Amino acid sequence: MTLGLINANPVVQAKKERLVRTQEDQYRDDGVDPLDIYEYVRDIRDPEHPYTLEQLSVLSEESVTVDDKLDRILIKFTPTVQHCSMATIIGLCLRAKLNERLPLHYKVDILVSPGSHADEDSVNKQLNDKERVAAAMENPNLRQLVDECIFSDEI
Amino acid sequence: MDLMEKNLELVEIQKLEGHTDRVWSVAWNPVSSHADGVSPILASCSGDNTVRIWEQSSLSRSWTCKTVLEETHTRTVRSCAWSPSGELLATASFDGTTGIWKNYGSEFECVATLEGHENEVKSVSWNASGSYLATCSRDKSVWIWEGLEGNEYDCAAVLSEHTQDVKMVQWHPTMDVLFSCSYDDTIKVWWSQGDDGEFECVQTLGESNNGHSSTVWAISFNAAGDKMVTCSDDRTLKIWGTDIARMQSGEEYVPWTHLCTLSGYHDRTIYSAHWSRDDIIASGAGDDAIRLFVDSKDDSVDGPSYNLLLKKNKAHDNDVNCVQWSRSEGDQLLASASDDGMVKIWQVATKP
Repeated sequence: MTLGLINANPVVQAKKERLVRTQEDQYRDDGVDPLDIYEYVRDIRDPEHPYTLEQLSVLSEESVTVDDKLDRILIKFTPTVQHCSMATIIGLCLRAKLNERLPLHYKVDILVSPGSHADEDSVNKQLNDKERVAAAMENPNLRQLVDECIFSDEI
Repeated sequence: MDLMEKNLELVEIQKLEGHTDRVWSVAWNPVSSHADGVSPILASCSGDNTVRIWEQSSLSRSWTCKTVLEETHTRTVRSCAWSPSGELLATASFDGTTGIWKNYGSEFECVATLEGHENEVKSVSWNASGSYLATCSRDKSVWIWEGLEGNEYDCAAVLSEHTQDVKMVQWHPTMDVLFSCSYDDTIKVWWSQGDDGEFECVQTLGESNNGHSSTVWAISFNAAGDKMVTCSDDRTLKIWGTDIARMQSGEEYVPWTHLCTLSGYHDRTIYSAHWSRDDIIASGAGDDAIRLFVDSKDDSVDGPSYNLLLKKNKAHDNDVNCVQWSRSEGDQLLASASDDGMVKIWQVATKP
């Protein structure tokens, strides 16, 4: 059994240049812009490595889609390896970060990108069972890990 | 009375504010209603780790929070259930314990704490006589507890056949048969032979029996106990039935069969379903809506079929986690609990 990190050698992208977005770029006055949502989550730190989810290509701008009619947000993320056991933690981080920022009524579904994980269905089911998510967030150890990942950009 | 012919609506009577986090469940005290000469009492439980007891004033007709049961559970209180006598309230918590509270009218005292589950307790249910209590947990087990003298509870059985997190347990309304539903997509029936028999799983309702294809969140029986409704993450409601007369008379277990599936009405997870005494099925879902269904009484169809009576859009500002009809006949009051932190009381009324 190998000790240490699940993925000891992640591929790291350079930090993407941030485009300055003007008023004209605003998608809609009353809707939620998928790029706004991406701003909230791109800098979440990976639970294992000192890099952001964007740098590790776990998330990209294409990760977020919004259904304006139904007020639903879908996020698809790509774990760095097929057997990534951090997938559920990443999912929790995404939810925790969005919970703070989004208006109450938005529904958020979080999935791993199709084909990116060996236990895709099982991971997706866990990530979208809100009772499981709520209980996990009451676990102080998990909560601490999640907080470290989502607040790292503010340190 | 054909409900479909009347023009009905769900009217919001009152919004009960007070919880500081999502409200997971509500439970009506079984022995209180205006008809009994006692004020209706409702319990609600929340992610704020407390249980609130609400009472309706017979004078002003408005609901107020009578008391808050706090400083006992250290995590979310996920569900609560009144004993049939209305004297006790059991509370199931993510802290792994089940609290038993004695109802002294204006005060409640935690008289027992049931420990044993390895992690979050999701649901608690009393049998019809109040002699048994059942609990279930993410540890995949269902426990049956027996009440002894002096607020003592003995563990009578630990049932471990679910392969995943068990979401809810519900005793049959008239017989000591226990039902449980789970993240493993099945419903299991637990029955004990004779008086001294051990409880064992006598039936599993899964996909191969026309069962659900995802997590089953709740189970509710009709008053007669010959039908039940289940709701799921697969966005359907399923109606099941049994030959209750045969079951009650004989020594043998009589299996439940699938009668009908209500699909296409919900496009998010259905967290709760409750069958009223006058045969209206209410559902609470992740699209913030409450829906009511009734038997279509269409004799041309094989077996029962159900129609959507009404849909209340934006019943809450967020997911509806629980819907519960009050027990009293004729009242047709419905209580709902939501992620928006509110409890609401509704009445079914004819449109003006």
